[in-house]
Amino acid sequence: MKAMPLKPLLALALSAPLLWLAWLIVVDVQSPGAGLGPDAGETLVHYLGEWSIRCLLFAFAISPFRHWTGMSVWIRSRRMVGLFAFAYVCLHILSYVAWYLGFQLSALLEDLVERPYITMGMLAFVCLLPMAVTSTHAWRRRLRHNWQRLHRLIYLALAAGLIHLWWLTRDGFAELVIYTLCFGVLCADRFWRRRQTMAAQATNA
Amino acid sequence: MLIRQPADIPSSEITSESNYLNRRQFMGAAVSLGVGLVVPGAAQAGLQPDDEITPESIVTSYNNFYEFGTGKDDPARYAHNLTTDPWTVKVSGEAAKTGEFAFEDIIKGLTPEERVYRFRCVEAWSMVVPWNGIELRKILDQFEPNGNAKYVEFKTLVRPSEMRGQKGFFSNIDWPYVEGLRMDEAYHPLALMVTGIYGKELPNQNGAPWRLMVPWKYGFKSIKSIVSIRFTRRRPRSTWEQLAPHEYGFYANVNPAVSHPRWSQATERRLPSTLFAPNRRPTLPFNGYAEDVASLYEGMDLAKYY
Repeated sequence: MKAMPLKPLLALALSAPLLWLAWLIVVDVQSPGAGLGPDAGETLVHYLGEWSIRCLLFAFAISPFRHWTGMSVWIRSRRMVGLFAFAYVCLHILSYVAWYLGFQLSALLEDLVERPYITMGMLAFVCLLPMAVTSTHAWRRRLRHNWQRLHRLIYLALAAGLIHLWWLTRDGFAELVIYTLCFGVLCADRFWRRRQTMAAQATNA
Repeated sequence: MLIRQPADIPSSEITSESNYLNRRQFMGAAVSLGVGLVVPGAAQAGLQPDDEITPESIVTSYNNFYEFGTGKDDPARYAHNLTTDPWTVKVSGEAAKTGEFAFEDIIKGLTPEERVYRFRCVEAWSMVVPWNGIELRKILDQFEPNGNAKYVEFKTLVRPSEMRGQKGFFSNIDWPYVEGLRMDEAYHPLALMVTGIYGKELPNQNGAPWRLMVPWKYGFKSIKSIVSIRFTRRRPRSTWEQLAPHEYGFYANVNPAVSHPRWSQATERRLPSTLFAPNRRPTLPFNGYAEDVASLYEGMDLAKYY
């Protein structure tokens, strides 16, 4: 089975939430409140935050998908998925700084110090930053096997992102439970595969 | 006599629809009673010059009412399922008249008045709403609370068949929703029992058939769809206090100086808050009603009793 169109399809799917948001913004500019509701900033921050965690989980799921489906095209799409996730995270933070904090640096510092869930969210971002920077082929070659080590930061980024959500949520946990289960299953899959590989190596030796 | 706008609110700040409704409601009340009405001085107390009445469509579509779901639009979507007639209220505890009362018997003979109050949610957004209601003290007096009554506790209806949020598997709220006030807070003339908004019947999503409105406290204190009033010696433990005691205290007075673990309380977004006009403004101590209510808390450490 030729799976060539996977990458453009993924690109389309990952930009769909952004296009929808752009449409909502256009509607809202025309008639305030009609697109984004009475609290536009909050709508933006939550919407972008939700898509951040979903895209991050999806990026994390790429290598298991490759194993489960046997299609290597997944891996060729991985960088794109990761960068989409990073873009959602950046927009999430930008909209928080703009509409929650009114671009006030002092308010940001206060949040980072006094609100642990903000600190945790920022930790997730700090983990993602070097991954995004080193996502090019040139960096991958330059770092060699360290590249893979560095990109294990995704575990930390996702864990911090989920803690950010758990600390933020006081009720209505359904989605959060699903995200956490996904993360757990994907971690378990990696662990299982690693053990199998090690067992195979041991047998060969 | 019929002009009831105090001089400190320019008439241009009030929407024409609510003006119209106010007048009609007022005239109707005056005609039916056959007497002139005097608006109490407290009615529009503490309104700031830039307080514009929030559009009714926002007040009736943007609600926190977890009994119907945690989304802001869930109550407007699902609350129409709620049966509010008949409505029975159980009164118990330290009072002479206790028992089960029909809602309409409790409010019979009490004429609702309009109060335009700021409404400040702990999530850092706020509204300005024309509430129609009866001073809470007039309601409570009917039950003749005795000297042992130090607090009054309120409970919201529990009816999972009509309140889908109470069925949730992933909810950790121990229903019913509970709130309470110290007796002197409850007897403050600003504390209102609300039966309508914008001169109309109170919509289900806003807490029909009646809900509390304590304008100097964060919104979650103003419990909706009340079915129980209990006078008690001991301080009740409110729902949010049970869920997250380090975040929500019993008093929950609006206080920009007391930090909250999830939202800075220094400023608020006055709705509608749009992309290009976020309408952010500083939050005032006691939500701007300090002059009226600060004396209730004299000598208390408000950082400790948040």
